[in-house]
Amino acid sequence: MKSIGPVLSVLIALVAIWYGATVWMNSGWTYDQAERKGLTPSFSEVVQDTMNQKRPRLPAPHQVAEELWKTTVEKKVTSKRSLVFHGWITLRATLMGFALGTALGIALAVAIVYSRVMEMSVMPWAVISQTIPIVALAPMIIVLSSSIGIEDRNVPKAIISAYLCFFPVLVGMVKGLRSPDAMQLDLLRTYGASGITSFLKLRLPTSVPYLFTSLKIGIAAALVGTIVGELPTGAIRGLGARILIGDQFGNPMMIWSALFAAAILAGALVTILGIVQNITLKRMGMAQ
Amino acid sequence: MTSVIQATDLALTFQTNDGPVHALKDINLEINKGDFVSFIGPSGCGKTTFLRVIADLEKPTAGEVTVNGVTPEQARKARAYGYVFQAAGLYPWRTIAGNIKLPLEIMGYSKADQAERVDRVLELVELSGFGKKFPWQLSGGMQQRASIARALAFDADILLMDEPFGALDEIVRDHLNEQLLQLWKRTNKTIGFVTHSIPEAVYLSTKIVVMSPRPGRIADVIESPLPKERPLDIRDTPEFLEIAHRVREGLRAGHADD
Repeated sequence: MKSIGPVLSVLIALVAIWYGATVWMNSGWTYDQAERKGLTPSFSEVVQDTMNQKRPRLPAPHQVAEELWKTTVEKKVTSKRSLVFHGWITLRATLMGFALGTALGIALAVAIVYSRVMEMSVMPWAVISQTIPIVALAPMIIVLSSSIGIEDRNVPKAIISAYLCFFPVLVGMVKGLRSPDAMQLDLLRTYGASGITSFLKLRLPTSVPYLFTSLKIGIAAALVGTIVGELPTGAIRGLGARILIGDQFGNPMMIWSALFAAAILAGALVTILGIVQNITLKRMGMAQ
Repeated sequence: MTSVIQATDLALTFQTNDGPVHALKDINLEINKGDFVSFIGPSGCGKTTFLRVIADLEKPTAGEVTVNGVTPEQARKARAYGYVFQAAGLYPWRTIAGNIKLPLEIMGYSKADQAERVDRVLELVELSGFGKKFPWQLSGGMQQRASIARALAFDADILLMDEPFGALDEIVRDHLNEQLLQLWKRTNKTIGFVTHSIPEAVYLSTKIVVMSPRPGRIADVIESPLPKERPLDIRDTPEFLEIAHRVREGLRAGHADD
């Protein structure tokens, strides 16, 4: 809880900069309007106007907060205008992708740690896979999956999300499974332990701290993947779709509130994983 | 006296980028059942390497070594020895009892047998009542005792110890040395013990193997005339000092050609 002070000061500074930018970016429109009406507004009138425009270039923080409030608390969660509804759509695909990506990442890591051939052949491709811009790949995955007859819109989104999230899990787990030192492995050798035994009794438990670090990066990547996957689908549901629609209809409040909803969702997911990590590592006697 | 470990013309050469390193050369040694053998020498004399060869953690490049009359590999698979490393290496996610059970689980002992053995070895290393504690709750010396208990839990006749007390302070070390002698007397194990410390080697051993580096070889083998019963103050007796002197001479001779 010691971090609350610094975090709050940064937050206050950010909000202050944001308000400053709101005045600066929206005042052009205010002056245009005033000129048409033949008025010369005072500075305080200008400031007031920039904070409350219907279609501002940059909405003020309180406008975004108000929009967030209206689209979450004041709307039924089943409504198409509710961010909870859209957030759930995105979350579902994210969790599917996260599960898929984590499973793939762990499986590949095990293969790489135990097989030199796998390491030589798979690892470079895993690295290359992450250099391809996901925005270029996403439409292809969507087209391909619909052309092979997958009706469920969640599947291509989950695949894109898994594509981004398997890599940190793979890298972290390779490092984690290799983290037992030579002495520990020698000890198991003196017991005549089999490969599978030393995997289950030593390598897997020692890799747990590495796994959690990777999972936290992975789940954030999975959420980004899902949102990117929602952009080119012409989807009408999900946070990505809200951002796209807001852009097309010139509704900045919609974009910004969806953006914040995504950030809050990512923060919540990472926090939950962090709590699980703390509890698990404490119980395993490995807390830092 | 039955011979437990026998090395004949043993040599081990590591191939490195800077050319071959002769870790062991012309090693001939016989260790009898119930012996407490210390290996002492400066860094690079091959004492740890020799212990690792006996334990089948390294393969010799020439010569022969037998453990209980068979190859080290067969002996390892027959679980003929317990190995204690310099670091305790306990698993932080297991309790002390859980750590001691590790080899027992791997070797397939029954649950009841496991519990009974854990109690027995905890008592041997004077850690009764600490079974439910986690490693981080114990001091360094206690952790090392737990790791010795782990090596004793299964029925290996040979205990190989690679500088087990090297990382501990002198007072703890004295205490553990005393305990180790008690334990050796009670269990009648054959112990191979690597150390840097002359007093430790003389105090513990029935046989002291003095080694010298480049190439790693045996400089002297001293059969200790000290009785089996050894209180700590035996270290002030003339017999003790005489052996210590001979060990020091052996170490110096090994360095003369540097």
